[in-house]
This record gives sequence, C-alpha cells and structure tokens, in this order.
Amino acid sequence: MGLTRRYGTLVAVDHLDLRVESGSIFGLLGPNGAGKSTTIMMLITLLPPSEGGAMVAGYDIIRSPASVRRHIGYVPQSVSADGALTGAENLRLSARLYGLPRSERAERISEALEFMGLSEHADALVKKYSGGMVRRLELAQAMLHRPAVLFLDEPTIGLDPIARHAVWERLRELRQRFGMTVFLTTHDMEEAEALCGTLGIMHSGKLAALGAPEALKKQVGADATLDDVFIHFAGASLGDADSEGGRYSDVRRTRRTATRLG
Amino acid sequence: MTFAEHAALPPVSADAPPRSRGLVGRASGTVLDFARESSAVADVELRKIFRDPTELLTRAVQPTLWLLVFGQVFTRTRAIPTGKLSYLEFMAPGVLAQSVLFSAIFYGIAIIWERDLGIVHKMLVSPASRGALVFGKAISAGLRALSQAVIIILLSLVLGVRLRLDPVSLIGVAIVVVLGAALFSTFSFVIACLVKTRERFMGIGQVLTMPLFFASNAIYPIAMMPEWLRVVARVNPLTYLVNALRELMVQGGQSTVGLPTDFLVLTLACLVMVILAARLYPGIVR
Repeated sequence: MGLTRRYGTLVAVDHLDLRVESGSIFGLLGPNGAGKSTTIMMLITLLPPSEGGAMVAGYDIIRSPASVRRHIGYVPQSVSADGALTGAENLRLSARLYGLPRSERAERISEALEFMGLSEHADALVKKYSGGMVRRLELAQAMLHRPAVLFLDEPTIGLDPIARHAVWERLRELRQRFGMTVFLTTHDMEEAEALCGTLGIMHSGKLAALGAPEALKKQVGADATLDDVFIHFAGASLGDADSEGGRYSDVRRTRRTATRLG
Repeated sequence: MTFAEHAALPPVSADAPPRSRGLVGRASGTVLDFARESSAVADVELRKIFRDPTELLTRAVQPTLWLLVFGQVFTRTRAIPTGKLSYLEFMAPGVLAQSVLFSAIFYGIAIIWERDLGIVHKMLVSPASRGALVFGKAISAGLRALSQAVIIILLSLVLGVRLRLDPVSLIGVAIVVVLGAALFSTFSFVIACLVKTRERFMGIGQVLTMPLFFASNAIYPIAMMPEWLRVVARVNPLTYLVNALRELMVQGGQSTVGLPTDFLVLTLACLVMVILAARLYPGIVR
C-alpha cells in the first residue's frame, strides 16, 4: 500500500497500490527504469520501502520479512545458479537453505529436475548448461519449497524462442499444479500476452494501467496491439532520458544478462 | 479511464492465507537451523575449491618466496633479535599468518562477483539467517587456508625449522589458521558490503594488507618497534594470530601475551566481524 522507494531525490517507485489475485500470473510491464525491479526487490524483502508497505503471501513485508521469505520464490534477472556447481548441487543448496527435511530432499530434487526437464543434466556443471537450461534450473531452485508466490524478474530475457516457450510452459504448469501465484516483470509484449492473466503497466514509478491484456487493448483502440497499449500508457517522448530505454546502469545490466544467457 | 483508484490493496493478495507447509514451516533461528544453513554454504564452497584446486597452489608461491629468499637472507644478517629462535624459525609462523591474511583479505571480491551474478539475491531471499550464510562462508575460507598451513609446515621442515609436530600442537595450528582465515575473510566480506564495486574493493584491499602486515609481529618482534607502532600492533588481530602460531608451531616459540589471550582476541574479533557482515550483507544488493 502506497509502496514507495526513493534513491536520493529520484522516486523509483511512487506510492504504488496494487493487488494481485492469488493463483494468477501477473505481469508488470514498463520501460527500463520504470521501477519494476525496485518493486520486486521490495516485495521480496531485499529492499526496504522508503514509505508504505505490502502484504505478500499473507505476510507483511516490513513486520515479518522472514515469513515472507519462507513463502516466496525468486528468480533474479541475472544468473543466480552457480556455474561452478552441478545442477543437483545447486538444488541441494536451496533445499538445505529452505530447510526441507533430509528425508524429502532427494525426492523433491529429482522431482524438480524432472519437472524442468533437467534430469539427464543433473550432474553436469551449470557452466556447461545452455541459457534455457540455466533458467529452468533457476526455476527449479525457486519452486523447490513450493512457494505461494513466485517472483521472476525478466524470466526469458536473452533466451531463444524455443527456450522461451519452454519456460512459459513450465510457469503455466507450476500455476496449475501447485496453485502458485506468479509475479513477473517483462519487456516482452509477446510474453505478457501469452502468459499473463493480468498486466500492470508502470511508468515513472507509478501504475499507469492495470487489467487483462484483452481489456487493455480494447481501451486503447479497436485493433490495438499490446505494443500500442504499452506505448499509450508508458508513453515515451523521444529524448526523455527517463522513459527512453532507462538509465545507463539498467541498460548495462540488462545487456550483460542477455550476453550471459545467450 | 483511470486506474489510479484501483483498489488500494496490497500487492499479492492478502486474502489467500498460505497453505500449511509443515515441510518448510519450522521456525528458523535455532542452533540446528543455523548449523544446517551454514554447513550448506560451506559445503558448496568447499566443493568448488576441490573442483578447481589451482588457486590453492598459486597461493603457495608467495609464502615460499618469503621463506626461501627473505628468510634465508635475514637469517644470515642476524639484524633482528629473535632470542633463542633462529630468524627463520621466528618468521615461519609469521609467513603462515601473512599468507592467511593475504589470501583471506581478497575474499570479498567473490561476494561482489556473486552479487553481480545474482547468486547473492538467491541466498538473501531464502529464509536462511544472514548470520548463517556469512558463517558458512567464513568456515569455508578458514578450511581453505589449511592448505597453506600444510605447504608452509612442509617447507619449514625442509629448511630445518624445529617445528612442534605433536598432534595437539598441529591441531592447535589448524584451529588457529581456520580462525584467522575466517576472521580476515569476514573482514573482507564487510568491506565488500561497504564499497560494493570491484574497483574500489581492489584498491582498499591493497591499501589494507601492507599496514596490517607491517604493523604486526610477523617478521620482527614488537620489542623492536617504535612506541606508536607498538600501539597499532597491539590492536592488530594479525599480531595475535602470529603469536598463537609462533607458540604452537615452533619449538621454543612463545606468544608474547599467552595463548588464551590470543584465542580470545581472535574468537571475539571473528564473532564481531560475522555479526557485522550479517548486518551489512543485505545492503550489497541495494
């Protein structure tokens, strides 16, 4: 509620009010620097809000961050699986950090590997994985403890179309099988349309639009595409440093991620 | 069309209470949880070292040079009063302490690297206590330093240093080395959390190592120092590391303040650093 984060005088997230239905896939769109990542960082308790607050999975992010952490999963935009370890070792680390009982660890890990189609590569070093495999492993790590809410920051950035579709399919199934709520940020209109039941469009730290993809398109025009919707609400006038492509640091980070995963 | 009035409700529905999860629902924060979490971290760190042990070998180069070149030359000059011990015997524990310091002090670069990748985010978003995450890293850095102890002990034997080789002394040396490496690597962790970038970190790392080394009793006794330097040496944890190693490693070697004091200082300093690092760790992703 009124979630706000300032960096000096820059207001990255400005009194954001938003509600996400349990069990839905929610996509947060917006240009670089609109405040999407900052919003996620606050919701996953890694960044304290300057003002306001939020409830995640039934817990207050400010008063009980540890409870929030126990009930969420998070896949950052950059590569979070450890390349110097095998897929199974990465999962074992997560299982132990999340306190899965010893008796269930092995079963959960092989289940997660199978679910993500990585069983055959369980004992290969992650640095030998393809970008799509790394992403699926990261999803496996984030879902191992069956979180109520899964947060994903640009889940398919830098992936080829096949890998991208594979990730989408896994996300849909996570939602169906385990009733997980998925909260993701994306730049990719195709992803937003294919995956998300509800979209929020952020612009300069504020929520500029909220609704189902179809409804948003109708609002903008009879045969509007989601690109039109994006431009309409996040409306960029060229030369506006903030809306056109984000700040330098964002661009650098995004491109670096894309290179790593590619 | 305005969306501004769209229900002022919290992101991610509050009305869906989490299904009960006996599996992961146990409160963390107990000693057992702490041990499980930190051993999980230490376990993966050690796996990584064994997978690529080249680092352990390159770390042996510098102490070897110190002992072979510096040690041999200064043993001849007899310029430094070292009592009953030969200069080489005096400095061997100092070189071990130095080698522990020099490799631990750059440990923080790995934390910055992991932050850039997103591994730190994954760690911090887990329910594991931050203290346990830091402690696990500290222990792995400590165990890693044991390889240096092995190399320096063997080299000292070859050079004719009269070492204490009884099991109690050797175990004592191992404990002190682990403690010292844990202390300085966590100190490095703290610096990494404060400076946050590789460039600044490297600069500070370079600036710190030499003063810590020279303002200690690693290669000359405190008695030789000017008064102001003695004061610095007394608050320098490296002095206590050298002290403890000198008494435990070398026949006739003596700690200037007594082993219990050395242990106490090292343990307390390590504890303070772990607590500090645990407090600062989340800040590295901001």
